[in-house]
Amino acid sequence: MKLKKNTKSSFATILLVTAAFIIVTALNSAGALSNLFQGLLVPICAYMIMALSLNLTVGVLGELSLGHAGFMSVGAFTGAVVSMSLTGTVSSSLLRLVIALIAGAVVAGIFGFLIGLPVLRLKGDYLAIVTLAFGEIIRSLITCIYVGVDSRGLHFSLKSAEALGLEAGGRAIIKGPMGAVGLQKISTFTIGFVMVIITLALIFTLVDSRAGRAIMAIRDNRIAAESVGIPITKYKMMTFITSAALAGMAGVLYGLNYSTFTAVKFNYNTSILVLVFVVLGGIGNMRGSVIAAPLLLILPELLRGLNDYRMLIYAVVLIVVMIMTNNATARAAIAKLTDRIAVFFMKRKTTENSATEDTSNG
Amino acid sequence: MDKTKLINVPSDSMIPERDADREPILEARHLGIDFGGLRAVDDFNLTIGRTEIAGLIGPNGAGKTTIFNLLTKVYQPTRGTFLLDGRDTHGMTTSQINRAGIARTFQNIRLFDNLTVEDNVKVAMHNSMKYSMFGGILRLPRYWKEEKKAHEKALELLSIFDMADMADFKASSLPYGAQRRLEIVRALATEPSLLLLDEPAAGMNPSETAELMNNIRKIRDTFGIAIMLIEHDMNLVMGVCEGIAVLNFGKIIAKGTPEEIQSNPAVIEAYLGTDHNEKEDAAQ
Repeated sequence: MKLKKNTKSSFATILLVTAAFIIVTALNSAGALSNLFQGLLVPICAYMIMALSLNLTVGVLGELSLGHAGFMSVGAFTGAVVSMSLTGTVSSSLLRLVIALIAGAVVAGIFGFLIGLPVLRLKGDYLAIVTLAFGEIIRSLITCIYVGVDSRGLHFSLKSAEALGLEAGGRAIIKGPMGAVGLQKISTFTIGFVMVIITLALIFTLVDSRAGRAIMAIRDNRIAAESVGIPITKYKMMTFITSAALAGMAGVLYGLNYSTFTAVKFNYNTSILVLVFVVLGGIGNMRGSVIAAPLLLILPELLRGLNDYRMLIYAVVLIVVMIMTNNATARAAIAKLTDRIAVFFMKRKTTENSATEDTSNG
Repeated sequence: MDKTKLINVPSDSMIPERDADREPILEARHLGIDFGGLRAVDDFNLTIGRTEIAGLIGPNGAGKTTIFNLLTKVYQPTRGTFLLDGRDTHGMTTSQINRAGIARTFQNIRLFDNLTVEDNVKVAMHNSMKYSMFGGILRLPRYWKEEKKAHEKALELLSIFDMADMADFKASSLPYGAQRRLEIVRALATEPSLLLLDEPAAGMNPSETAELMNNIRKIRDTFGIAIMLIEHDMNLVMGVCEGIAVLNFGKIIAKGTPEEIQSNPAVIEAYLGTDHNEKEDAAQ
């Protein structure tokens, strides 16, 4: 069967991520990675999922969300509570992580639904403003919450850790402004990679299906989509929930990579950072997102030696990439270059092919 | 083409004689809408037969597109209602109306620009494809079966307009005429029983218009559906429509066969205005 162009491109992206994973794992086992980079591996996976998830909202659904870190936060704290309360009952840390990932996705998905109810009636800038506010509200809210676990179960409080009234042997998991504390680091790079692949597969199969076409039709022309019988609200909601659930999953992965993290980590800047990955990689371009996220996370670390000039160069790189990807002349130049490379390889391939045919004929 | 004979139906309208023993597809009753203080459409009564090709004409700003927007529930009517296939459509949404059987094209083309031609058609098959979002994500056997069916049907529909070879093109890359035809194909893909065409011949040259006329008849004969069109090109309207309604300032001023409309003084006045001298002569 002949593969469609989209299918080919999807497989290429998944292959690219897999190849990168294998290379990095090999480098890591050979001891070629510094501690700094080892520490970045799981966050990179988490941010790749974040970028893909936001790209689903921005690129496929065509709505701007500025509160994506909020969903990440919900996921991370849910994951922390779930994984810690299961410490006694589920001994396998992998199983605990999987349960936490599912729980984080579900809870973030529920938040996505609740936010979506009022928000998806809004359009354009208004949607961006409300999601921005949502992100900030979640951050402030979690800063006030205390959650602990003991043999009697989970305890909540809005006052202080003492107000939880934990038994001896009980443990506070979320301590208000101090965030989630005393966690076990159970996220691994392998699980992160698997989650990235799952996210990619989910988005690619979704886009190339009845539902995906409906979503993109809404993005391209809402009135026309309605006129051919697409239920607009249903699909907007489904996409938003999926996107929120994926962000929640990324949050779990990210949070459980640390022994402690705070709600401040998931603020407005994080939402914008993820948006930068999406815009830089190309809106609606999933491969762009998985490339942009790791590059822009590693770049500031690579530039650390430059001290004061670090953020300056980071900004310049962002601007240059923007110009390169949005300027018609620059794009034409790049297209010409890639065409030439493609032609070069095609020629080689055809000569190889004809060579093999010759041998088979002979 | 044989001249179609129109017969009168109760609601002060006419439908083709051959549709007489079947329930009319559309029956608008006292339909009206106000925008603020403006009565955009008032007391619009029209009945369309099962296989009729109906025309809606009138000077610019008469409210023709507003009628289409009322019939597709882009606007909810201020007064009155319309029956589709004998069912009251009160309170339905645009997508429900489409599922109930009305599909339309737009005066200013509205395609899904970033999707391929084939996907534009497949989007319109959304409600006839039977697999869930999860069935699609998990690629269950039903996904492959339904997608294959949709692919074949999309190509079949596209080939009506000789567009099957453009299936993989991006919709926005099509030439203007092809975009107009794609809109019709997309509307047909929703399996409507009434197709609304909003200025299908706009921007077309005479030979393209002639081809469009044949295609409109072909669609009606192949699918056995009713078609209602808004058009300023009188050659097309008089050539293809069986019953014509003329609208001016939101009100129907005349209904009838093309011959009746062409000789109707109220229509001539609406289009050309009255000659003052003539009026004065008559007064004297």
